[in-house]
Amino acid sequence: MFAPLIAMHIPDGFLTVPVALVGWIVMSVVVGIALRQTRHQLGERQIPLMGILAAFIFAAQMINFPVMGGTSGHLIGGALIGILLGPWAAVLVMTTVVAVQAVLFQDGGLLALGFNTINMGILAPFVGHTVYSRLCKVLKKELAAAAIAAWLTVIIAAAATALELAISGTSPLDVALPAMLGIHALIGVGEALITVSALAFIRQTRPDLLRTAVPIAKGSGWITVGLVIALIIAFASPLADSDPDGLERVAEDKAFLDQAEDAPYEILPDYTVPFISDEALTTIAAGIIGVLVVAGIGYGVARVARQNETISQT
Amino acid sequence: MERFVAGSSPLHHLDARIKVIITLVLIVSFVLTPAEAWPAYPLLWAVIGSLAAAGQLGVGRVALRGAVALPFMLAALPLIFTTPGQPLLTVFGSTASEEGLARVIAILLKSWLSVQAALILTMTTPFSDLLWALTSLRVPRTLVIIMGFMYRYLFILSDEAHRLLRARSSRSAVLPGSKAGGGLIWRGLVAGSMIGNLFVRSYERSDRVYTAMLARGYQGQMRISNPPPLTRRSLVWGALPIVAVILIQLMVLWWSR
Amino acid sequence: MSHHRITIQDLTFRYPDGRLALDRVSLHIEPGERVALVGPNGAGKSTLLLHLNGILRSNSGTIQVSELPLNDRTVGQIRAWVGLVFQNPDDQLFCPRVYDDVAFGPLHMGLPDDQVRVRVESALAAVGMSLYSDRVSYHLSLGEKKRIAIATVLSMEPGILVLDEPTAGLDPRARRSLIHLLENLGDQTLLIATHDMRLVRDLCPRIVVLDGGCVVADGPTADILYNEHLMEQHGLETP
Repeated sequence: MFAPLIAMHIPDGFLTVPVALVGWIVMSVVVGIALRQTRHQLGERQIPLMGILAAFIFAAQMINFPVMGGTSGHLIGGALIGILLGPWAAVLVMTTVVAVQAVLFQDGGLLALGFNTINMGILAPFVGHTVYSRLCKVLKKELAAAAIAAWLTVIIAAAATALELAISGTSPLDVALPAMLGIHALIGVGEALITVSALAFIRQTRPDLLRTAVPIAKGSGWITVGLVIALIIAFASPLADSDPDGLERVAEDKAFLDQAEDAPYEILPDYTVPFISDEALTTIAAGIIGVLVVAGIGYGVARVARQNETISQT
Repeated sequence: MERFVAGSSPLHHLDARIKVIITLVLIVSFVLTPAEAWPAYPLLWAVIGSLAAAGQLGVGRVALRGAVALPFMLAALPLIFTTPGQPLLTVFGSTASEEGLARVIAILLKSWLSVQAALILTMTTPFSDLLWALTSLRVPRTLVIIMGFMYRYLFILSDEAHRLLRARSSRSAVLPGSKAGGGLIWRGLVAGSMIGNLFVRSYERSDRVYTAMLARGYQGQMRISNPPPLTRRSLVWGALPIVAVILIQLMVLWWSR
Repeated sequence: MSHHRITIQDLTFRYPDGRLALDRVSLHIEPGERVALVGPNGAGKSTLLLHLNGILRSNSGTIQVSELPLNDRTVGQIRAWVGLVFQNPDDQLFCPRVYDDVAFGPLHMGLPDDQVRVRVESALAAVGMSLYSDRVSYHLSLGEKKRIAIATVLSMEPGILVLDEPTAGLDPRARRSLIHLLENLGDQTLLIATHDMRLVRDLCPRIVVLDGGCVVADGPTADILYNEHLMEQHGLETP
């Protein structure tokens, strides 16, 4: 079970349309916030930089190292770029990478682009940056903090992928989650090694580049990560496959989510019409309203972040 | 690396915005098609095949390249055993069901068709056209411009990565009898060094690029070339595949009664 | 260090776009020889060199290093025997410190740390860069990087040293000291691709002229280098 679990780009066909749309909506909201953040704080000089760094991430993913047998480890890069640029700029860079990979190279689907971007382009840089900055203060050892942060980004992205596949009914959660986590716990070690070593090189040659990261306000990193995860769970799980042998059994066993109980209506795969049933329509409508509310919260967070940062810079 | 295939087929001349919309509509319809609607799949493939032919891309070639997502199928395989239904056979104590197999095959087909749709788009549309199509479709300009820069430097930086890999290969020697490779952790650290190296080079390159742009009068404004006007002809031709898949979906509805 | 001969037989190589880069190139180099490879730009010199340690592979023609044919199984072994120094040292240095880059080769070969240290020290000494061990290679000058690039290969103690344009881009002083370095290296076999005709005259008793992917001349430097007609015909100049 190596290849699909090592590449995290979900192809089309593996996520149902409603789930994929939720991914697109959440991604659009967060990327929109990221665009506002970077424009205000970094200026137009950053646009060529971010494009070139997106190309850098793509090229860096080619640099592998043999692990054993025929397999090799390589970088995903969300943590590295999150640590180097700060989370908002990193979101833009990684979004570009994932989008161009999908469009140009069919690495990951177009419908699935929403969630692929969330996993590798939003969760990864945010978790990477936030864990790194907090651990730096606690541990006082930057490289150890970076290693842990990098490892965590891989784990969390893998868990998110498994969750998305499960909600779509493509992969039963009790198989997908342990498998993804197990394998990515190892892959995460590779990511940690590479991230740490890359940072060490940069520190020795251009230490000034380590300080280009724009800091974000205390707590706003966690807020963003939490919000994204909450959005996904809140809006995607009502769309979950009602297969009682899959997600719901796991949910009953593990008291997963309250909302999972509300998924008796079958949207897919037995559903035969490309229109959505009434109950789901209501949920989606509620979801859209919810997204607007959350977008408002997110905007508010961003404003607080800017004010906090101005204060901390003086 | 470049997927775009130069040509002057009707598909090449079709407005890029319409092509993007067609691609998305096609993929949505593929993914919505239920597993039980078997007759729909060959019909949908016929739509894809005719698009591939319209683009003079080679139906077989596109079909073959579309198989790229196959390894990911392993993630869906457990469905064969976890979907309730008519038992097929029992392996290691788990019972495979017909419905499960049907679902997995359906995912396989949807994936294959979707990749082909995306491929046809990329093979018939230069990337710069895709960029203005995205802007027209309301993707924020800043993001599109960043994508443009990424594309512009993709091949240059990939080349640099290849040269770093060559440098490492050249000095990766093996003495018979001794344990070569230097240890897993060391190899990972070396890969990281190479990536750090690539980062610094990339960052410094962006400094030079920015300076060059300033020298040419860049003041923060970015322009994407204006898209040509949408012709009625494009709309009509573009509607064809969309109408085709809608008809197929309606047929599926009818048959499932 | 062990000594090996190189035998290239009918090597033909096409680029992915179909252009012919090497056209039935045959070459035989004995241990200890110092051979210059000259030719106009685009003649295929770098392409030929990249075949010698397996970076490029061709289906047509063979390369043997002391009766060992170059293929997937033997390439690791051959890389220990044939050291390739690229034209651009930035393509060769990828570790933060000089020590790390020079140590990479021996470490990959599985040598123990104390032996690696000895090799690094003697390689740096051979190129006159002993004091640079802890320096960060990224910011060094071109001449310094070229020497260190050579050291990264010397530490593997290859019997055959292949260099691609070693003096390109160097000022006269750096150039002279690099030639001096190469003269005093030892008894390695040397194959040097170069435009620098005075280097050829001073260092290499044998010259091979490559043009359009074909070997058009192969013989003593004394004869070929001063054959002005031949040199001009292939875009070269007699010093």
